[in-house]
Amino acid sequence: MELGFEVVDLPETDYPTEGEQAPDFTRPLVTDEQWEDVSLSELAADQPVLLVFHPMDGAFPSTYMWNELRDRAFEDDHDVQVVGVSISSPYEHMTLIDDREMEFALFSDPQNGVAEAYDIVNDLDGMAGVSEPRPAVFLVDSELTVQYAWAAEEWPDFPDYDAVSDAVASL
Amino acid sequence: MSEATDEPPITLYRLQACPFCERVVRKLDEYDLDYHSRFVEPMHSDRNVVKRVSGARTVPAIVDEETGVTMSESANIVEYLDKTYGGAN
Repeated sequence: MELGFEVVDLPETDYPTEGEQAPDFTRPLVTDEQWEDVSLSELAADQPVLLVFHPMDGAFPSTYMWNELRDRAFEDDHDVQVVGVSISSPYEHMTLIDDREMEFALFSDPQNGVAEAYDIVNDLDGMAGVSEPRPAVFLVDSELTVQYAWAAEEWPDFPDYDAVSDAVASL
Repeated sequence: MSEATDEPPITLYRLQACPFCERVVRKLDEYDLDYHSRFVEPMHSDRNVVKRVSGARTVPAIVDEETGVTMSESANIVEYLDKTYGGAN
């Protein structure tokens, strides 16, 4: 983004990068009609996963991210499933899925433990007691080995969708 | 989504805080039965997933892969669980 001032920098983190192991987790996975506990490793055993951490449902970066991912439809042409994670509740996820007219499933992680495990916690200034993941994208294979990783370094910050596209194309 | 091989044989379709669903959960716990929960929409008209499985949009509904039974209505489910799994206790 070209703005006439400095954007907030986020602190350095030690998130898992290419070749490293992505932490497994189990959380309610929400579709447009139900949710159930599912682990990342279960999903990945079926098909590589593009795991997309996004701000809470309703925040504008989430709207932008999901519009872009919906329109790019990586899952149509590549052996990948796109799955989200945010701190929003299953009810909010159902609304987001409807509003964005998308078919992606979203993990619900209100206590932000998954972001902690990935070292991408974003403590929100001005919202006492609330933290969420910083925007981040991890492409993992069936062994949960990271094939591509990106995490926001500024707030706000958006994925490099072309780089993501190259990564899913090289699976 | 494909079922993992270690999935419990019983799937319970439930609505958060629905007392009829909790009644079934209590019975499943009483017989120490392993089950997998699927939560659905509060709006009755939006529960097509349950309708596809059981023929009705009501919850609770259970699918028991062990016996091939799919069933709605908590009283029926409790009676079924008593009959099927209560004998040994």
